[in-house]
Amino acid sequence: MSVKIKVENLTKVFGKKVKQALELSNQNKEKDEIVRKTKATVAVNNVNFSINEGEIFVIMGLSGSGKSTLVRLLNRLIEPTAGSIYLDNMDVSKLSKNDLREVRRTKMSMVFQGFALFPHRTVLQNTEYGLEVRGVAPDERTKIAENALDRSGLLAYKNQYPHQLSGGMQQRVGLARALANDPEILLMDESFSALDPLIRGDMQDELMDLQEQMKKTIIFITHDLNEALKIGDRIAIMKDGKVVQIGTGEEILTNPANEYVRRFVEGVDRTKILNVEHIMSKPRAIINVDKAGLHLAMNRMVTSDFPFLILTNSHHEFLGYITDRDTALAIKKKGANANYKDIVKTDMHIVALDTPIPKIYRYLLSKGNLPVVVMDNNAIRGVIMRRNVIELLSSVAQEEISEVV
Amino acid sequence: MSSILAILPHIDLAGKVESLTSFLTTAWSPLFDGIQTVGNGMNDALTGFLQAVPPAVFVVVFVLFAYWINRKRKSFGLAVFTFIGLWFIYNQGLWPAFIDTLSLIIISSLLSIVLGVPIGIIMSKNDTAQAIIKPILDFMQTMPAFVYLIPAVAFFGIGVVPGIFASIIFALPPTVRFTNLGIRQVPKELTEAADSYGSTEWQKLVKLDLPIARPTIMAGINQTVMLSLSMVVIASMIGAPGLGRDVLSALQRAQVGNGFVAGLGIVILAIIIDRLAQRLNKNIKN
Ligand SMILES: Nc1ncnc2c1ncn2[C@@H]1O[C@H](COP(=O)(O)OP(=O)(O)O)[C@@H](O)[C@H]1O
Ligand SMILES: [Mg+2]
Repeated sequence: MSVKIKVENLTKVFGKKVKQALELSNQNKEKDEIVRKTKATVAVNNVNFSINEGEIFVIMGLSGSGKSTLVRLLNRLIEPTAGSIYLDNMDVSKLSKNDLREVRRTKMSMVFQGFALFPHRTVLQNTEYGLEVRGVAPDERTKIAENALDRSGLLAYKNQYPHQLSGGMQQRVGLARALANDPEILLMDESFSALDPLIRGDMQDELMDLQEQMKKTIIFITHDLNEALKIGDRIAIMKDGKVVQIGTGEEILTNPANEYVRRFVEGVDRTKILNVEHIMSKPRAIINVDKAGLHLAMNRMVTSDFPFLILTNSHHEFLGYITDRDTALAIKKKGANANYKDIVKTDMHIVALDTPIPKIYRYLLSKGNLPVVVMDNNAIRGVIMRRNVIELLSSVAQEEISEVV
Repeated sequence: MSSILAILPHIDLAGKVESLTSFLTTAWSPLFDGIQTVGNGMNDALTGFLQAVPPAVFVVVFVLFAYWINRKRKSFGLAVFTFIGLWFIYNQGLWPAFIDTLSLIIISSLLSIVLGVPIGIIMSKNDTAQAIIKPILDFMQTMPAFVYLIPAVAFFGIGVVPGIFASIIFALPPTVRFTNLGIRQVPKELTEAADSYGSTEWQKLVKLDLPIARPTIMAGINQTVMLSLSMVVIASMIGAPGLGRDVLSALQRAQVGNGFVAGLGIVILAIIIDRLAQRLNKNIKN
């Protein structure tokens, strides 16, 4: 495994009284106090780490801990106050403007939290942007960009404008724009944080697949520990501009470096702190009554082996559910006249996104094998089956065992 | 009390400005003469061309254009107004004056844009430049427009060119301000995206800043055109021909009727230009 990026004593202070601010920061003074005394913010303080080629390196920390600043120091969107950034042994912090531009064009591409797509350019023109500024001929860059869009299943949307796409699709374009450059390194600053949980999960899976195939070196910023644990090969935890621990997810969970990390990590192994939002899955046994009749519903249940179907309409509202038994009986009795109305039941449990998990245990126990429906703004967002909770509980149990050992 | 205020001797600012102006007038006279020749040439060419177009053709072209840019909304209001307005100007015998005014506005607006947009760009990219230019713009806009007429005459004599000069000074600020504002309002993440993909400053300007800022810049240009239109009466005081001169001479002879008619001509021109510009801008935006 070769080292791709090496960061040494990297420091960024916003403001004038740099020395004084750093001194105070090294005495572990609070950020507010430093700002009050010096009007300077120590955003990144003496950070050191190495990132291996082909690794997903996650930088995690609370809001304001310096993650965005750190990732922008790597491609010098923000100029470092002190320290070095080595990319394959080349010191990026010493590059001339022209050389730096060349590095940005060919070696590092960035994906942003708010997508940062150019609103006046089509999806294709956005994807071409990096190649265009680099001077690649129009025909060739269109071909490359179309390939990148095709890989993310977005080719059909190439002539749309960003605002016409959903958030998830926009970020896929953002990713395609980065990949069209064929960079060695991807910098991703909270790239999935603005997406809703189910889409975010999908994007995480896609990113991991992509990593399998393309072996990019990815620096991924997040404030979400679950996301960090899911996709990170290694995780660096930041607090007030300093890196307090670097390690694999396992190491951080089982062996927190200090009290701060311990408190951070407690969030994952306590079911009380997780909400249903974190463990729900996409409803599969669901049917849109505006589009499909009862016979189609029966067919779905038989072919997919679902004992029930959740009923929804085109607005994703929850209308109730039907069981396979009731449906079969209704069709037998009424034939073509059989209707959802005759057999719909509504006694399924419905909870909000932020319901703590223990609250739903008894719903899952009381209602046979029916799921609990998670709703937000009158729309179905997901379902929780018994297995979702069992998976969670078993992972907690494992962590507790490994802590004892 | 007055003795405290009188501690310093009288500062002869008026005299200083006067001597500076007369110094410039003599020292830079080749430059001013050159500008005057070029300016007169441009204006004569444009006026000559516009005068050569038969009024009927002119009206038809404008009405068709007004209809064309509103074609998607299926609205004929602007086309009808343009027709009635231009016909009225012709009917009142104001056509030659109208052409002179139009030509004055076109030239001073174009020059304002050519100067103003680059100045606005520089301001948006450089905080020091902004700190210096902003008060100058404030000064240019608040100083009564008549005051510009004096150096304008000193530099360029009597005629169209000093009129254009005074109009530009008066009408330039909105274009500069709005260009600066529009570019500064480009979202930071977009600028970061352009930078992170290795854009040069020029590429960033052309591919990101100007397209995003365009509606704002257009709003500034629209104001600039309106302001230069509002200068036509004042410019006529130093010999610029056009509708302004008709208003002025009516004023001097206390002819209410003639003054009203010529003033109405200016209003009609203002409305037509304003509506056409706004519609055009909206069309581009979609
Ligand atoms: N351009 C800037 N000028 C001054 N302070 C800044 C600037 N950018 C960030 N900061 C400060 O630096 C600290 C770290 O910010 P940031 O890197 O954005 O944190 P994170 O991404 O972890 O939320 C914060 O206290 C923030 O207020
Ligand atoms: Mg951030």
